[in-house]
Formats: sequence, structure tokens, C-alpha cells
Amino acid sequence: MEAFLHQVLAGLATGGIYASLALALVMIYQATHLVNFAQGEMAMFATYLAWSLLNAGVPYWPAFLLTIVIAFVAGILVERIVVRPVENSPVLAIVVVFIALLVILNSLAGWIYTYTLKSFPSPFPQQSPFRYMSSHEIGAIGITLVVLAAIYVFFRFTPLGLAMRAAAQNPESARLVGIRVGWMLALGWGLAAAIGAVAGMMVAPIVYLDPNMMGGVLLYAFAAALVGGIDSPGGAVFGGFLVGVLENVLGAFVIGNELKLSVALVLIVGVLLVRPSGFFGKVHVTRV
Amino acid sequence: MLLDVKKLHAGYGETQVLHGMDFAIEKGSITALLGANGAGKTTTLRALCAMVRTQGEIHFEGRRIDARSTEDIVRLGVAHVPDGRGTFLNLSTEENLRLGGYTRRDRKALEADLERMFGYFPRLRERRRQQAGTLSGGEQQMLAVSRALMLAPKLMLLDEPSFGLAPLLVRELFGILRAINEREQVSMLLVEQNAAMALELASCAYLLETGRVVLSGSADELRRNDAVRRAYLGY
Amino acid sequence: MTRTHLLVLLIVLAVACALPFVVSNYRTFQLTLVLVYAIALLGLNILTGYSGQISLGHGAFYALGAYCAAILMDKAGVPYWATVPAAGAACFVAGFLFGLPALRLEGLYLALATFALGVTMPQLLKYHHLEKWTGGVQGIVIPKPDPPFGLPLNADQWLYFFTLAVTLAMFVLGWNLLRGRVGRALTAIRDHGIAAEAMGIHNALYKSAAFGVSALYTGVAGALGAIAVQFVAPDSFNIFLSIIFLVGIVVGGLASISGALYGALFIQFVPNIADEISKAAPWAVFGVFMIGFVYLMPTGVAGAVRLLLARRRTP
Repeated sequence: MEAFLHQVLAGLATGGIYASLALALVMIYQATHLVNFAQGEMAMFATYLAWSLLNAGVPYWPAFLLTIVIAFVAGILVERIVVRPVENSPVLAIVVVFIALLVILNSLAGWIYTYTLKSFPSPFPQQSPFRYMSSHEIGAIGITLVVLAAIYVFFRFTPLGLAMRAAAQNPESARLVGIRVGWMLALGWGLAAAIGAVAGMMVAPIVYLDPNMMGGVLLYAFAAALVGGIDSPGGAVFGGFLVGVLENVLGAFVIGNELKLSVALVLIVGVLLVRPSGFFGKVHVTRV
Repeated sequence: MLLDVKKLHAGYGETQVLHGMDFAIEKGSITALLGANGAGKTTTLRALCAMVRTQGEIHFEGRRIDARSTEDIVRLGVAHVPDGRGTFLNLSTEENLRLGGYTRRDRKALEADLERMFGYFPRLRERRRQQAGTLSGGEQQMLAVSRALMLAPKLMLLDEPSFGLAPLLVRELFGILRAINEREQVSMLLVEQNAAMALELASCAYLLETGRVVLSGSADELRRNDAVRRAYLGY
Repeated sequence: MTRTHLLVLLIVLAVACALPFVVSNYRTFQLTLVLVYAIALLGLNILTGYSGQISLGHGAFYALGAYCAAILMDKAGVPYWATVPAAGAACFVAGFLFGLPALRLEGLYLALATFALGVTMPQLLKYHHLEKWTGGVQGIVIPKPDPPFGLPLNADQWLYFFTLAVTLAMFVLGWNLLRGRVGRALTAIRDHGIAAEAMGIHNALYKSAAFGVSALYTGVAGALGAIAVQFVAPDSFNIFLSIIFLVGIVVGGLASISGALYGALFIQFVPNIADEISKAAPWAVFGVFMIGFVYLMPTGVAGAVRLLLARRRTP
């Protein structure tokens, strides 16, 4: 029973990280109907930037915040420079561009920082007050919840958040009230990149910093986003925690740790076949 | 002249819909754009807002706007109530209205205007927290008009505001439009299939046929014109 | 096919046959791999270029073919040449089966599902319950086949010609398929799926069959690749293999048969050159080329060649 509880709680901690990345994916999907295959690598690269800052002597929390800001700006730049030119191209072209971005970021990180594993510090104390979870796990859940709450408040209660929601749902009407839809898109990418950076910085202390660190995490985030509903932010969060717990519990007690990634594969294929709109997404009917 | 349009061509993809339109709108007036289905009325409004490819010159308040983006034209004070209403279906009524005022800086005036909209359309106040997609057709029309007014526009473009509304509601709506035009000096360009009602509200009118202006004049003149009477007024 | 086309083809073929006798053994080995990749790329092109279904997981079918060949040779003593059709058949079935549920997934979602397959494949191959077949993390070593009938060739040269023969067969087969009714049906499905169905094309059947055939090609390539490299191990079949195939068809040219060859040359030789700069450089180059081709040359090298030739023909 203890072991089960431990797995569930650890699953919630990693689930928070999946939820953050899934939220980033859903934010971009809602606005563009595109899945950003490079989201994981963007997060990984941001984490390396944080590592550089820490190495240069910047204390943790200032480095944390600075990384988020840099990631935000970088996200905006990526949208304006890389994505905008292919906005109206066929799906294959866009997928190729995203994969290219994934590959470029991955190899750049490998080139600048080499492929040797690096340790990334956790800002939380070594000693855990709670028997079943490490303080980093508790802290990661805490940070995740703070980020998610901030994003929720931003979208629900600020005029800019409202404008972004409007631009995502109905770009034409949004233009008719004077919203610069193009910039809303860029902002969405910036926010998604910033959230991804947080996810990266929370996961790095657990899995060690390495250019391929986010590959599995991205897959779990895809599964989470699909399970929750690819156009539902709340669903993404729910999906994230669910996938985290499932991964841990199934990995520990049913299929063994080596096949954990196949949980993501089964979830992805399963959801797409059985209920593509996930738990909370909208069902789409295609008009002929 | 508030709006001056010269030799406007517009179309979708390979198809041209407008073939050299010339018309103008005086400040403070209500102008009607009449014509049968497919004459190009909706396309004209969309062309004014750069929602379709255009050629030709469009001057608003003396400035050329034909090369600008939709958002920029809107920010100059042109509010478009589109064909189909363009409601943000997944947002609440109040959120829709607030979006109308998105580009305005004066917070207090914005809140005052919100109250004023609820004053014109009490039904919207009742449904302010309701999801806009669940409103009836008539209510969504009221919402669309209010949202456009929240922009504090100088010119309102209305595309078939009477569409799908019961006659009583149409009278109510048109009464409010006249009041707004008189009280707040908001100029209007009205596209309507219901020619009779449009000519009652408007002070001048243009008749469109296959993308060209074929007749223009005061509303009275058009009402008395034989061809118009027979084809569009039914008597 | 016009007479000029035939002539060019024969010249290329003659050069291809002469090469192993004038270059080093290692070069011959690399050229064998070019042929292998060409078959794999043709497979992916059938699915993505012609049929419009995006796959980011074709490395998985390559792996399946490779392991098929390796296991048959290592555990069942099957001769190497027989493992190739066996791998093809197995992959056809796997591809067709995967294609059936994949039917309901369009564009982006199919890309997502196949991406998941590509990422998960190494883990599936390392699964310890399958270890006695797959050899686990260590993989399986395969001996190099000797030339038959005492032909005056060394092993590398024989393998090259064997692969060349298979490649020719696969390309001729593909050519016939794609130039005829099947190809037109696939393109119709790709461009106007609903209209195609209305015209009487059985979408579901064609799409699943396309998946099956595409997997067959990639599986055959995998088997040949395994025989050439003499080794299969789980970590060589990760997501980056699937991405390399994608690079190949983007650079070579979508919906093009010759594109498969251009792409294969690109993905085999560019890493060799880029490796000199840094271990990470090949992928950076791939990424930049991918984006560059999408922006500037969406029809790939094959498309550019076609344009050049067309321009020369019309003065």
C-alpha cells in the first residue's frame, strides 16, 4: 500500500510537469490547430540557458525568472520568423518545419553543451518534511500549480487574455474588433515557450540535463493533451496528472519500468481511435 | 465626405464580384446599399474592411485605407457588423461586449458605454454571463450591434441586420439605430435585402447590380423609382 | 517513357554496375546503403508523397524488417536472400494492420500517432521478455554473406549487386504501381478524399493498402540494411531514423520516384561530410536543409531537376 501511495504521489509530481507541457501544446493548438512537435526541445534549450546562467554565478530564482523571460521572447521570435511564413502551407510542410526546429535545437544544444549529462539543481531543500515524497516533488507540484493558476487568471480576467482567447476562437471576428491577431499568435507561442521552460527546469533535477531529456516527456505531454482534449486547457492539466499517475503505477506494478513509454503510445493511439476529442475537448464535425 | 470609394474592384480567388464601384457616404447619414442576392452587397462591406482582395481607392476621413489591414481600419473607427453576426460563441455575452471595446483606452467611458448598451437592449443585461452561442438569433443580432457600438465608431457597417428577426424586433432594432445615429452622430452603411425597411431608415441609397452601382439618390427618390418599386418593394 | 529517359536510365545503370570495381570496399558499402535508403524512401514516399498520409514513424517498419532478417538468419538459419521477401511480407501485414485504425486519423493526428510509434520503438525492442529473440540491448550480429557460385567478387561487391538487383525490382514495381490506376487513385484520395470516395474509389482499402505497401518497401530496406551492416540493435532504430527518412523525401522530392534516389544520396553522404565539423553538425545541417527546402524548393531536388529539364526543352 505504501509503495502504491508513493507511486501515485511521484506520479502527481511528474504529472504536473506533463500538465505544464501539455498546456503549452494546447495553447498553440487552440490558436493555430497545429501541434508543436518542437515544444520539448524548446523547453530543453531554455533549461540549458538556465544552466548557463547558474554556472555564471546567478542565484537560482533570478536565473529561473530570467530564463522564463528569455524563453518568452524566444517563443515570440520563433513564431514570427519560423512559423509565420508557412502558416498557410499544407500540413506536411508545417510538420516538416516543426520537426526541423526540433532537430536544430537538439543538435545546437549538443554542439554548444556536449552530450555529457549535467546535473541541474533543485531549489528545494534536501530534507523532505513528508515521508512519501521528496521535497523536489512537492516543490514541482507547487510550482506547476502556481504557473497554471497564473495562466488561468491571465486568460480569464485580463483584457489581453480575453483578446487572445477571442483571436484563437474566431480570428476574423477578432480582427473586426481591432485585435492584432498575428501578434496574439506570437504571444501565445511566447507563453507556451515560457511554460515549457518551467517544465524543463522542474524535470531536469530528476532526469539530469541532456539534449534528449525532453523526448519522453514530450510524448507523455502529447498523450496528456489528447486524453484531456486537444483544445481544452483544463483537460490538458487533468490529462497531465492522469498520465503521470498511470505511467508510474503501471510502470511499477503492471508492465515494468522499461516499457513505460509504451503507456504513452497506447494512450495516444487509443484516444485517437476511440474518442479523439478526449475527455473535455469539443467534438468536431467535418462539413462535406 | 466620411467615406469615399472610387473604382472599387473586389473578388474571391479567381472570381471578381465588384466591377468598379463608386459611392460616397456623408458624415452623420444613414446610407442603404440595396440589391438582389449575389449583387455584391456583402462583398462591398468586406472590401471596405480589407477582408477581401481589393483594387481601387477607398478614402476614410480623407485617409486612404485600401492598403491597410482589417485591424488598422477598425482602429480608425470603422465597426463592421458582419453577415452571420460574427459572435464569439464560446465567450459570454459580457465578454463579447468588452471585446468590442478592446481598442479603447478610456476605462470609465468604456464601463459607461457597457451600461448604455444594456440600456438599449435590456435582454442582453439579463443574459450577460450566459454563453453567447446559447442566445437566440435576435439576441445575437442585438449583441453584434452592441459590440460594434462599443468601439465608439465613426462609421458602422451593418450586413443584413434584419436577417432572421421577427418584424417587431426589426422595428425595435431600427428604432435604436436611428436613435444612435441622431444622438451620437454615428454614420451608417446598411446592407439590406428588406429594401422597404432600409429605405425608411436611410437618408440616401445606392442600388447594386452584379457588382456595379446602377442607381443612386436620396431614399425618397429610390422609393419612388418605378424599377426599384417593382423589383425590390413589391408593388 | 521517352527514349531520352530510357537512355539516361541505362547510362546510370551502367555506371552503377561499374562503380564497385573502381572504388574502395568501404565506398561500395556506403553505396549499398544508398540503395537501401532509396528503397526505404520510396516506401515513405508512397505513403506521404503520393497518398498524403504523414508518417513520422517509418523507422519502426525499417526496424521490423531488420529484426525479421536478423532473427530468421540467427535463430532459424534462413539464408540471407530469403529473409528479404519474408521481411517484406511481415511488414506488409504490420503496415496494413497499422493502416486500418490509422485510416481514421488525418494529417496532424496521424503524424502524432506515428511519432509516438517512432519514439517508443527502441523501448519495445529492448523489452526483456522478447530478449531471447531480439538479443536485448546488445542486439544481434549477422555474418556477412559470401558471393554464390564462386563468382570473382568480394563480399562487399556481391552485397552491392544483390542490393542493386532488389532495388531495381522494387523501383520497377513501384513505377508500375504509381504510374497507373493505383497511383492516380492515391493522388485523388490525397487531394480530394471525399470526392474520390464519391467517384467510387474505395478510400479505406487504398489507404490501408498504401500503408501496407509502404511498410513492405521500408521493411525490405531494413532487411537489406541489416545484412549490409551485419548488426541490429535497438538504439539504432530511434525517432531520429524516422526523421532522417523524412529529411530524405523532403530533400529528394515528394511524390517522385527519382526523388528517393536523390534523397538517399543526401542522407548517406551529408553526415560524412558534416561529421568533420562536429558530432552535432549533421543534424543541424539536416534541420536547416529541411526548412530551406520547405521554404525555397518544396518539390525537392527531383522537382528542381524536372524544372531545369523542362526549361531546356522549351527554348
